[in-house]
Amino acid sequence: MIRVVIPHHLRLLANVGSEVAIQVEEPVTQRAILDALEMRYPMLRGTIRNHQTKERRPFIRFFACGEDWSHEAPDTPLPEAVANGQDVFRIVGAMAGG
Amino acid sequence: MSSIRVLVGTRKGAFILTSDEKRTDWQVSGPHFAGWEIYHINGSPSDPNRLYASQSSGWFGQVIQRSDDGGQTWNPVGNQFAYEGETGTHQWYDGTQHPWGFTRVWNLQPSLSDPDTVYAGVEDAALFKSTDGGHSWQELPGLRSAKGHLWQPGAGGMCLHTILLDPSNPDRIYVAISAAGAFRTDDGGRTWLPINKGLKSDYELPDPDADVGHCVHNLAMHPARPGVLFMQKHWDVMRSDDAGGLWREVSGNLPSDFGFPIAVHAHEPETVYVVPIKSDSEHYPPEGKLRVYRSRGGSEQWEALTNGLPQKDCYVNILRSAMAVDKLDSCGIYFGTTGGQVYVSPDSGDHWMPIVHDLPAVLSVEVQTLP
Repeated sequence: MIRVVIPHHLRLLANVGSEVAIQVEEPVTQRAILDALEMRYPMLRGTIRNHQTKERRPFIRFFACGEDWSHEAPDTPLPEAVANGQDVFRIVGAMAGG
Repeated sequence: MSSIRVLVGTRKGAFILTSDEKRTDWQVSGPHFAGWEIYHINGSPSDPNRLYASQSSGWFGQVIQRSDDGGQTWNPVGNQFAYEGETGTHQWYDGTQHPWGFTRVWNLQPSLSDPDTVYAGVEDAALFKSTDGGHSWQELPGLRSAKGHLWQPGAGGMCLHTILLDPSNPDRIYVAISAAGAFRTDDGGRTWLPINKGLKSDYELPDPDADVGHCVHNLAMHPARPGVLFMQKHWDVMRSDDAGGLWREVSGNLPSDFGFPIAVHAHEPETVYVVPIKSDSEHYPPEGKLRVYRSRGGSEQWEALTNGLPQKDCYVNILRSAMAVDKLDSCGIYFGTTGGQVYVSPDSGDHWMPIVHDLPAVLSVEVQTLP
């Protein structure tokens, strides 16, 4: 199972805790995780990435193993520690404001 | 005994305020959707327990929530607002053409007869309709054909913020857009006419009498007189007696004719309420005195309603969707402020009291009168 941490506001929307576990087919990529997450929690569609283009929303960031993967291609395989469930895939609402 | 349910959208969630018909003892429920901006929350006239809420965030985009039990429980429904056909362009601040892009839903207006049918006014300005209780949304693209390429955003964004459904004619709908103007359809939304004749926008538009481009802040109508419209424009309070065919100014003796909301008394179609704001550069009440103004009998004379409202050091704003009326025999008037107060007057504006003092900034207020 892949462990995904989602931001506070989306936890409220999906009515889940801070971490969710989802089944993802290999290879484990950002796109595969987000497809599985949106399948399991359809209310999250459009809140993390654009409905049509599937582009990441501007103030959303993706982290894996302490690294920022936000600008990586969505089909790049994620680190083994995320793929085997040792570490989490983090979806973060960027600190933005002033 | 009747009861009242006030639906309040704020910068940080929704609140539901309930009272019996005395309107002196209130229960507060919320925040619902804590931390999210709730631009509008509105109930179905044909099924008052069916509520729709527009929940949005600069981070996470748009969500539409639906309740089937008067706001006790909520479920997210469809949030995909895709413009029909080729997206097209509108005018940008520098005069160039700019592609249409969806940002948020400003206004939700359920059908007068079917709780599953609801209209959504969005930014960038367009009108969408759902006939399946909010699960899916289709644009009524004819609206953007009404000189949409000449529309240009105002300071608050190019938003469709007002939707009025004509109770005497299901094919007639009025909408208002900042800063494009007012529009009317007489064929259920297929085709639209700009209805801006008589509006004057000196120093705001190159052609002050232009068909489109006027900064309309809000429209109001009495259901018994759906051809009579009232408008709070950026500057000027206006009236039309022919369904928007021609407007005339009725600002009269108002201390400022700038403001955002406008409302009509539930039982007196010629009694109108506005909240003057000093100017577009200061956005607070003149002299720091919070005053609702009431015009009766179709006159251009306005009386200040101050009893119970702060008359010094008050520098809040009242946004365009933040005033509403109930339908009790003694008509109640309600408004919310950017300071987080929601005020009620249970006697048509003569006396006011705060229902709540310290909510987040209020974006919208709607009122349901329940049997």
